[in-house]
Amino acid sequence: MHNQKGMPLFHITKRKALPWYGAWLIRGAAILMALVVCAVVTTALTGENPIEIYKTIWKGAFGTQRKIWILGQNIAILLCVSLAVTPAFKMHFWNVGGEGQILIGGLATAACMILLGDKLPNWLLILTMVAASCLAGAIWGAIPAFFKAKWNTNETLFTLMMNYVATQLVAFFVILWEVPKGAGKIGIINQSTEAGWLPVIGGYKYLLNILVVAVITILMHFYLSRSKHGYEIAVVGESERTARYIGIKVEKVIIRTMILSGAICGIAGLLLVGGTDHTITTTISGGRGFTAVMVSWLAKFNPLIMVFTSFLLVFLSRGASEISTSFGLNHSFGDILTGIILFFIIGSEFFISYKLSIRKSGKKEA
Amino acid sequence: MENQIAAVQMRNITKTFGSVIANDKVWLDIYNGEILALLGENGSGKTTLMNMLSGIYFPDEGQIFINGKEALIRSPKDAFQYGIGMIHQHFKLVDVLTAAENIVLGLKEKGRLNIDEVARKIKSICDAYGFDVDPYQKVYNMSVSQKQTVEIVKVLYRGADILILDEPTAVLTPQETEKLFAVLRNMRDAGKAIVIITHKMHEVEALSDRVAILRHGRFMGDMLTKNTNAQEMTNMMVGHPVTLNIDRPDPVNPKPRIEVRGLTVRDIEGIVKLDDVSFTINSGEILGVAGISGSGQKELLEAIAGLQPAESGSIAYIQDDGTREELLGKEPVSISEMGVSLSFVPEDRLGMGLVGSMDLTDNMMLRSFRSGKSLFTNRKNPRKLAEQVVRDLDVNTPGVSTPVRRLSGGNVQKVLVGREIAAAPTVLLTAYAVRGLDINSSYTIYDLINKQKKSGVAVVYVGEDLDVLLELCDRILVLCGGKVSGIVDGRTAEKNKVGMMMTRLGGDTNA
Repeated sequence: MHNQKGMPLFHITKRKALPWYGAWLIRGAAILMALVVCAVVTTALTGENPIEIYKTIWKGAFGTQRKIWILGQNIAILLCVSLAVTPAFKMHFWNVGGEGQILIGGLATAACMILLGDKLPNWLLILTMVAASCLAGAIWGAIPAFFKAKWNTNETLFTLMMNYVATQLVAFFVILWEVPKGAGKIGIINQSTEAGWLPVIGGYKYLLNILVVAVITILMHFYLSRSKHGYEIAVVGESERTARYIGIKVEKVIIRTMILSGAICGIAGLLLVGGTDHTITTTISGGRGFTAVMVSWLAKFNPLIMVFTSFLLVFLSRGASEISTSFGLNHSFGDILTGIILFFIIGSEFFISYKLSIRKSGKKEA
Repeated sequence: MENQIAAVQMRNITKTFGSVIANDKVWLDIYNGEILALLGENGSGKTTLMNMLSGIYFPDEGQIFINGKEALIRSPKDAFQYGIGMIHQHFKLVDVLTAAENIVLGLKEKGRLNIDEVARKIKSICDAYGFDVDPYQKVYNMSVSQKQTVEIVKVLYRGADILILDEPTAVLTPQETEKLFAVLRNMRDAGKAIVIITHKMHEVEALSDRVAILRHGRFMGDMLTKNTNAQEMTNMMVGHPVTLNIDRPDPVNPKPRIEVRGLTVRDIEGIVKLDDVSFTINSGEILGVAGISGSGQKELLEAIAGLQPAESGSIAYIQDDGTREELLGKEPVSISEMGVSLSFVPEDRLGMGLVGSMDLTDNMMLRSFRSGKSLFTNRKNPRKLAEQVVRDLDVNTPGVSTPVRRLSGGNVQKVLVGREIAAAPTVLLTAYAVRGLDINSSYTIYDLINKQKKSGVAVVYVGEDLDVLLELCDRILVLCGGKVSGIVDGRTAEKNKVGMMMTRLGGDTNA
């Protein structure tokens, strides 16, 4: 007989590919467990009824029609940025400069609205805004890509620093264009003429943004999975040496992909400035350039799954702010709950790739 | 040996990974004062079995007895306490530390560390077995064989009596191999138990006292080396009789295909890798390239394939009608656009020839995805090609949608060679085409190469096993430090002479 005492309690083995429903079962279980832990934490720390808290989270996201629209708008913008950074990530180019690329796209949009607002017919103005925002974002993406391709500079640091440059540029122009003088902000641009405001479809303020992002999602899905460019991106990401071996021009692919990545971030800036906010501030992107990193990774760079992951993150953050107002709790409490839930979701990925085999005690003799 | 207690007894050892049974009720005895060769094809479970002995894996079932007492080996630390040490294929040394520092790294000895004391102890180990190690030399200054020596001394320093070496000769030159064998024999004579995992038959015959054979995770039997021969061992490994002779058909209408003249290549640091290299590659012929690893083989192939810029020289491709095209300075894409069909099986299969995370279909597409004007990829033909390669080359895979990383080494190589041959090349460059492959897969590859030769392809075969080079190739180009040491006829050349040429220009013995 074996002496069971000395045996390791469990060991970790890599799973063979799990069927898709198995993976979702694990993820579902993770969310359930996260909710249970959140409930315990809530009761212990605040004494509130966790069921009420969950109800409030739900209300915060879906409570009124207006809240649903805001949820949709937030998902759309976050998804747009996530889609933008994804081709770069697939290429193993760590673009954490989404923030700056959004800002610079938004700045270009605002510049068109302010400087050309009364000089061009509205349709031409909007076209100019689209072109300008894409171009600005593309340039912001292409600069670190060029340095990476030419001199192999570190793209993470470079894109990160470009964020600060963009923030400072926006701050500068906000002062330059401030209305009224000394206000320190631009205020609503072209409030009387509405020049350069993106059209409102059917009276729904956010519908255009949602539709635009839906189209980008589908295009990006096919671009990455079916196009030759997408294939080249995947090869370069997996192995630059393989790419060179089969004659892919790696430098060209890096720069081309980052132009695309930056341009889509620019569109996110356009949608924010031209579509909803009609103004620009240094905080207009609201950290989405970074949140998008998580959305993209959680979805394993699959654009269709990103719809769900961006929904999840936006839902949690909307719910979190709702509980802080209705229960008079500090806003950080909502963040704690969000953190717990994300911890479980990210942790569940481990159990999808690996399994724990626990040794049964009293096993038959070997 | 029969009445002696085995140093290690493995009984009924079973280990599974998911649905794969790596070891199935294996019995194995290892004796002191004996060199045991553990033989088996790729994926037969040799390394897994030894990893359980050295504490990297824990068996699902079965028992291990050390000197007759049951042992639970849960970690490499436990293994050391039982006197078991393993030298892995990939060395685990810290480059910036010295030999002595690496050897004591991780040991928790009482008192202050006295590195001179350590050096003295290392010296005494070296003297006992005939090693040559400078304890104060930094690892990054060492050759591969010196690093290996440090690994062995590290294990001995920890008091190991049972040494396991996983394919120790794969990275060594013939001379270094001889040195290693001498040391291993000394250790055996000092009463240590030694296990070596290897593919190479002549090494088994030269070194081991006993062989144990695994096939598909099962123990097939063991026997004294002197009572068996390469043919019998191979048959047991593979499970059916195989011929060990490599076919060498006569060259088919050989005509100059590629002329390399005065090729000189420097690497990024400016070190000369190829120095004024000139030779001709003929169609319908296999040109072998021999040399100690790092003598410029990689640069030579990559220069021809358009992946390596050269300082001077020329590489002329000669068409069937006699027109010449310069390949040097052209990128791979422009070479293929010129109508030169050149296939290249690089040394680094998963890092260069294939993309490990992609499936077979997508890997087939690497060569062909550019064709056509469409913005989108067409996976229909690549999938057909993948299915054909799987069928024709007998690739063992669950399907064409399996990532190639999941395949075993031999199957990965079949996929790569299959794709490169499918392009109907006129020139086929291969680098270490059978490295790490078991006997069956190696012979499949030799057959494929011979078939290409017979259909008139100019084949370049860069190899490390001199016996194979001499059996397979029509001519052999010997490189020595980036220079051409000579070109010999494969049918008449002697192994010793070629070995000399590898280490000394022209092979002069009295230089």
